Amino acid sequence: MNLTLKVWRQKNAQDAGRFETYTTSEADPEMSFMEMLDIVNQDIIRKGGDPIAFDHDCREGICGTCGVVINGVPHGGHGTTTCQLYMRHFKDGETITIEPWRARPFPVLKDLIVDRAALDRIIVAGGYISASTGSAPDANGILVPKPDSDAAMNYAVCIGCGACVAACPNGSAMLFTAAKVAHLNLLPQGQPERYTRTANMVAQMDKEGFGGCTNHGECTAVCPAHIDMSAIARLNRDLLAATLKGVA
Amino acid sequence: MATVVEPRIAPVKNDNLWYASDSMPPDMAPSGPIAEMWDKHRFEMKLVNPSNRRKFTILVVGSGLAGGAAAATLGEQGYNVKCFCYQDSPRRAHSIAAQGGINAAKNYRNDGDSIYRLFYDTVKGGDFRARESNVYRLAEVSVNIIDQCVAAGVPFAREYGGLLDTRSFGGAQVARTFYARGQTGQQLLLGVYQGLCRQIDRGMVKMYPRTEMLDVVLVDGVARGIITRDMVTGAVEAHAGDAVVLCTGGYGNVYYLSTYARGSNATAIWRAYKRGALFGNPCFVQIHPTCIPVKGEYQSKLTLMSESVRNDGRVWVPKKVGDNRPPGQIPEDERDYYLERMYPSFGNLAPRDIASRAAKRVCDEGRGVGPGGLGVYLDLADSIKRLGKKVIEERYGNLMEMYEQITGENPYEVPIRIFPAVHYTMGGLWVDYNLMSNIPGLFVGGEANFSDHGANRLGASALMQGLSDGYFVLPSTVPDYIASTKFKPVTTDDPAFKEALNETNVRVKRMLSIQGEKTVDDIYRELGQVMWEFCGMGRNDADLRTGLARIPKLREEFWQNVRVPGEGAELNQQLEKAGRVADFLELGELMFIDALHRTESCGAHFREESQYPDGEAKRDDENFRYVAAWEYNGADKPVLHKENLDFEYVHLAVRSYK
Repeated sequence: MNLTLKVWRQKNAQDAGRFETYTTSEADPEMSFMEMLDIVNQDIIRKGGDPIAFDHDCREGICGTCGVVINGVPHGGHGTTTCQLYMRHFKDGETITIEPWRARPFPVLKDLIVDRAALDRIIVAGGYISASTGSAPDANGILVPKPDSDAAMNYAVCIGCGACVAACPNGSAMLFTAAKVAHLNLLPQGQPERYTRTANMVAQMDKEGFGGCTNHGECTAVCPAHIDMSAIARLNRDLLAATLKGVA
Repeated sequence: MATVVEPRIAPVKNDNLWYASDSMPPDMAPSGPIAEMWDKHRFEMKLVNPSNRRKFTILVVGSGLAGGAAAATLGEQGYNVKCFCYQDSPRRAHSIAAQGGINAAKNYRNDGDSIYRLFYDTVKGGDFRARESNVYRLAEVSVNIIDQCVAAGVPFAREYGGLLDTRSFGGAQVARTFYARGQTGQQLLLGVYQGLCRQIDRGMVKMYPRTEMLDVVLVDGVARGIITRDMVTGAVEAHAGDAVVLCTGGYGNVYYLSTYARGSNATAIWRAYKRGALFGNPCFVQIHPTCIPVKGEYQSKLTLMSESVRNDGRVWVPKKVGDNRPPGQIPEDERDYYLERMYPSFGNLAPRDIASRAAKRVCDEGRGVGPGGLGVYLDLADSIKRLGKKVIEERYGNLMEMYEQITGENPYEVPIRIFPAVHYTMGGLWVDYNLMSNIPGLFVGGEANFSDHGANRLGASALMQGLSDGYFVLPSTVPDYIASTKFKPVTTDDPAFKEALNETNVRVKRMLSIQGEKTVDDIYRELGQVMWEFCGMGRNDADLRTGLARIPKLREEFWQNVRVPGEGAELNQQLEKAGRVADFLELGELMFIDALHRTESCGAHFREESQYPDGEAKRDDENFRYVAAWEYNGADKPVLHKENLDFEYVHLAVRSYK
């Protein structure tokens, strides 16, 4: 396959950044998107240039490290992470535009790599159950109805890639935050901290500079873990309850 | 507290590749009946007064199941913890990719499981090359792990009554594996990560993401700190502490292609080895039987299909050599369900090493399927017929989706194709019962240590070991070390830190200054080919010697002719990779030497010279019933120390799954 790539290049957070154009004739439909970038990079290095920096690690869609905006869509729009996107989805001769996640709380570190520490700080603010090691009762002592457990799992599969933020016109981290809130708040173990957790995580999200949610649904459309917007409804309900209880 | 390896007594030259030594640090396992050891030891270990704990700094490297759980639990206890990971967030450690499940001797199914049976299965599964005392403790705390994870909110699969569901896994005849769809590792790691976040919130753990450890610092022979590189700014920095805990994972990426994350590397444990830590059984590498076959030369990574699929899938190849009809057109009586045929009692659930070798054998016979004949079928058709597509979807939905994305084939209609791939390393830094290496103050947990899986790890046991080490063992043994050690105050102004900083800086500069013709990947890929071809699934003396001879040449090529673009003081992914590959180029050599010296077959290490007439592995307990613990010896040959293994409880027997 012959491809033309327009890639965002930015030396560091201070640099203004610009698009640069690369071509390759060695792409193969069976390659992953990252493998295609590997080949382009090998070529750049051989020619004495600076290879394109991009985040990636597990390359099997689970670690959430990778993620670029491909032709305007985070992860490229095939319901997968960037690493699980295969070149068979592109046409020979196509021009592909590749950019980093664009959101104020995600400063660009270099080229296609952004700093997503803001997402960690939202979890630090309350996205956990306080269960000190050694204090747990027998696992079957806590009964969880299967429908609740299955629903919690549907939210727990969030990989924390940040595509939801990149896709949102408001740069909101609502789907990310709501997925964790919904996962923990659905479980009996999560009940004691249910409302403080919700209030604290939302407060942190606001503090980081993420925008508010206005129900566009772009987030769920690009989510590689297929988390749906019912998470946000659950978060809003618990946030309202937290406000009424005077926690938020 | 462990003692340092004694000075070598008159090293004996052996085969010109290594020196042999009679000395070995003690394993520190308590005396008495095995079932009481851990309890007794916990009582005997010294404690640190809660108000004194914050005065001690513990450096934890790695944030996966072992490192993350250890950092969180030690923070919870009140120690001052610093945790380092190369990923941009601790939530991304490669534990996250484990799919199938985690073993625990809960016996919730009432199917005859017990702590003793899990202990027995693990020792036998490891082909009698693990230490009984450690394995028993692992089985013992396995039950606490499940309790802990559920309390932390891990959404394990459940039955309609609200109780936990379990399934069976390779190498076991009981259903003791707990799971969360095909994402068990992810859910366990997120549970650990959330616990870690809680301690970060409390100010007990300081997290250093995008930070790579490049050296360990010893002051007067005791581990007192580490050297790191900030992967964003490139700053090389020193951190001092009272104990160093390495939970940095395995070294399977020495093969270039593996199921590891691309960033997984051996640098932390290799640097520790070069500072004097013993390296145990480096040649024990697990080749996982159910990975998606290789597609092309550009390939950067192999992807696993959880072994749990073997519960509902039947493995087969055509009976006839060169039969390239589509699978649907091959009638039942022309298929060879070879695992069911060769191992009737375990069938498709035969342990990993055995299933991998069987796949290799049928492919070597020319009966492999798919491109290049390097694949076998894992067929779900019978189970779909019996249980319905919905049940299969529920059990393996995300795996099926992943398979379809990677191959473009629909696994509900066409049988999955699988082939073995490097997946896990049983070898790692040698540790005693306290998980401390022979360097005082240097602890090693999770896959990074050599310990509990012997020569072959059973499915769903890695998550168990990581969490056992992280939640329960290290948080008991590290405080014991701290309580029983008199610490000399050490800061990063100590000459040992200055020297290590300088060495690291010089090394980084040297790599950047070569500016040769080959990319890091060119050399890395070559190394991977040498390792896979000559130190892979079947090994023999001649191949191992051929492979071993090629490594120094590759290393020379690297240091003479590699091109690392960019600068040190910036985000430089090629420089990161170059440093890791430089270490793999040394580690690979030790793996060859270890594989050469062990002329028996055991577990994943199959020496073609040592097999029964039916092709099964032939262990040599008389000569090799030991852990090979290698000591770095500068530019000279490494020194082989032996920890003899005694089996008091599980009797040595030929490992049969027939």
